[in-house]
Order: sequence, then structure tokens, then C-alpha cells
Amino acid sequence: MGALDLSFFTWDLVTGYLLKGFVFSIYLTLIAMSGGILFGTVLALMRLSGRRWLVYPAAGYVNTMRSIPLVMVILWFFLLIPFVIGRPLGAEWSAVITFTAFECAFYSEIMRAGIQSVALGQAAAGSALGLTYGQTMRLIVLPQAFRNMLPVLLTQTIVLVQDTSLVYAIGAYDLLKGFETAGKNFNRPVEAYLAAALLYFVICYALSYSVKRLHTRIAVVR
Amino acid sequence: MNFRWEWDVFLRDTGGGQTYLDWLFSAWGWTLTVAGGGWLVAIVFGSVIGTLRTVPQRGLARVAAGWVELFRNIPLLVQLFLWYHVVPALIPPLKSLPSIVLVIFALGFFTSARVAEQVRAGIQSLGRGQTQAGLAVGFTLPQTYRYILLPLAFRIIIPPLTSEAMNVVKNSAVAFAVSVAELTMFALLAQEETSRGIEIYLAVTGLYVITALAVNRAMALIDRRLRVPGYAGGAR
Repeated sequence: MGALDLSFFTWDLVTGYLLKGFVFSIYLTLIAMSGGILFGTVLALMRLSGRRWLVYPAAGYVNTMRSIPLVMVILWFFLLIPFVIGRPLGAEWSAVITFTAFECAFYSEIMRAGIQSVALGQAAAGSALGLTYGQTMRLIVLPQAFRNMLPVLLTQTIVLVQDTSLVYAIGAYDLLKGFETAGKNFNRPVEAYLAAALLYFVICYALSYSVKRLHTRIAVVR
Repeated sequence: MNFRWEWDVFLRDTGGGQTYLDWLFSAWGWTLTVAGGGWLVAIVFGSVIGTLRTVPQRGLARVAAGWVELFRNIPLLVQLFLWYHVVPALIPPLKSLPSIVLVIFALGFFTSARVAEQVRAGIQSLGRGQTQAGLAVGFTLPQTYRYILLPLAFRIIIPPLTSEAMNVVKNSAVAFAVSVAELTMFALLAQEETSRGIEIYLAVTGLYVITALAVNRAMALIDRRLRVPGYAGGAR
């Protein structure tokens, strides 16, 4: 083959192939991140509750998710969701559910460490003021835990951005699929994959750079 | 919902003179090959790059840092496609390589960035005193690394390396995307052929968990043998 030919990268290609996938990847990342942090926090609270009937299911769930390859989890959900709800669900929706369910196991480990990083006296002070357990958690412990763990939560989100490309396994139309389809249709796979790699790199590098900045800022304030 | 287990699916013939059970085990073998090969590449390159990140020569350290950023910020699947579609197109002699080799390098280089970060952290955790002591007794810098810094650093970072080794097993699943006949590929194909997805996926998931657990135990054994007294996690 000769030199790289990038002339096929036109505005039509961007709107026709890439935009749809790009939007889906962002959408998937944002939902899985917010859902993951929300449910992850619930899982973390369950694990720290000290009540066996809450600790064991939460711990079992987290450890199961963490010991299976993400690709297999994606395939499992794609197989089981139609089985449970009785009708087929598109690959995109299946991916959204899978990633939320998968990522919350990882976010929960971060939130657990975050909650444990808040000094015990803080919770004690909350109780002393007459706050209920729920109020103490919501108003005192969780905001601090969240703040302490913000850089780590964002680092996990960078991992999540990269992981979204694995929806390839069930054929969902994400950013990578967009580049791949364009590369196939224009018979320019080399340029398409290179461009995909470059775009992912720019996104992830920019994110990790801002996490680094954030880290130093938070460290200075504390 | 009326579901009945049909575990005998594994005794059925695939049409090629072997049963699905035979195929499952050969797929497991490919998963072990990909993961093992990838881990070897990751350890070799990760050690070199991680060491270079700590040397006083700015240029070398910068190249090593670039390596880490490059392989850490592109999704593994995209890297795999780069190895599979782009590298052979740019370097034609590589066209004859079987996809298993390309997968091993893709997985290995991806993981090498993570291993390098652990190696760097291990070396930096030792403090300057060790390096200065080595230079003071007349070692050259390479000798200081070879006889003082690296033996200690490697023993300290075994616990974080354990989780990377388990990640390699899990990440080897992406090999399905370039049609390597490993466990995930088996799961996809056998599920389609037999329509017994649940049994097939359970078996495959079980083998992944067993493999990752075995890796974990093996690393724990190595850790117990080599743990440095006086350092984090070591006996006092």
C-alpha cells in the first residue's frame, strides 16, 4: 500500500458514520458512570452496614462482576435480558444496562474506600447532633467520601470510556463501530482504525490530564 | 419461563469429529496461550520501560513516559485492531504472522504500560538512599539497578502485579475480535450452533474464574516466598 489517504474523511462521513457512534459512546459512558456511582454507593453502604443479609449479597455481587471478563458479562446480559423480559432488546439498550450493572461493582469498591477514609469522629459527631443514620451519611460522610475519591472515580471513568469499545461483541453501534463501518465502506480500514485510535487517545489523554490537575488542586485545598 | 438444563450439549458432536467438550478445552488452551504469552511480553517490556522512567537521563525517561501514555490511553480492542489491520499494512513482512502472535503482542504491550507504572512505583518507593548507597560503594548506575534497586522493587510490587496478571487473563477475551479460537470465541460460536447459551456461557465463565483464581494463588505463593522483611506487607 502507498501513503495514507485521508481524503475520504469528509463532513458527510462524520455525520453519516461517526456522529451516531460518538453520541452513543458518550451516552453509554455518562449513563454507566452516573448509574454506576449511584448503585455503587448503595453497594458500598450495604457492605459497610455490618448486617450479614446486606453484606453477603453485596460482596458476592461485586466479587462476581470483578472476576469475569467484561466481554463475557456483555454476552451474558445480551443472552439473559430477553430471557427475563420475554422479548428481545436492542444491542444498544442491552449495553447500557450491562455497563451500569458492571461498573457499579468497580465504583462501589472506590466508594467503600472513600467512606472508610472519612474519620470515624465525623459520623460520631453526626449522631451526637441527633442526626439519623441516613442523615449522617447523606449530609456528612458521603459528601466527604465523594470528594476524597473524586480523582479515583474519574480515573475509573477513563477505564470505562475505553471499555465501552467492547460493545463490539454484541454489534452495538458505538464510536469504534462507526470508524470500522466507514473504513469498510470506503475501503480504507488502515486510516479508519488509525483515526479511531487517535480520537480515543485524545479523549483519554485529555481526561487523565485533567484528573491529574484536579488531584493536585484537591490535595492543596485539604 | 420453563427452562431445562441440557448439560449433555457438551457431549454432542460439533460436526468435525470432536465434542463440544473437546472444543471447550482446546479453547481454554488458547486462552492460556494468549494470556501467558501476553504476560511474558508485558513483564519484559514493562520492566524495561518502568526502569527507564526512573533513570536520570531525561530523554530516555521521556520516551518511556510516552510509551506508557500511548499504550494506556487507547482501548485494548482498538490496539488489537491496529496490530491486526494497520501494522501489517505498514510493515508488509508482518503479514504472514498468525493472528495469535498479533494478539499476544497487542495484549502484552497494552499491559506493559500498566506493569511499567508498577515497576516505576516500586523503584521510587525505595527512596534515593538506596541508589546513593549503591553509587557510593562504587557500583555503576546499571549495576545499582541490577544488584540493589530491581531485586527489591520487584519483590515489593508482587501484590499489584497479581491483579495485573489476573487482568491479563480477563483481557485475553478480546482475542475473539480477530477470530482466535479462545474461550470467548468458543462461547459465541457454540452458543449460536447449539442454542444452549446458558450452559455454554456457564462453562466458559467457570473456566475464566478458575484460571484467574489459579493465577492469584500462584502469585500469592511467589509473594510469600519472596516477600521483603521490613517493607509494606512483609514480615517485620
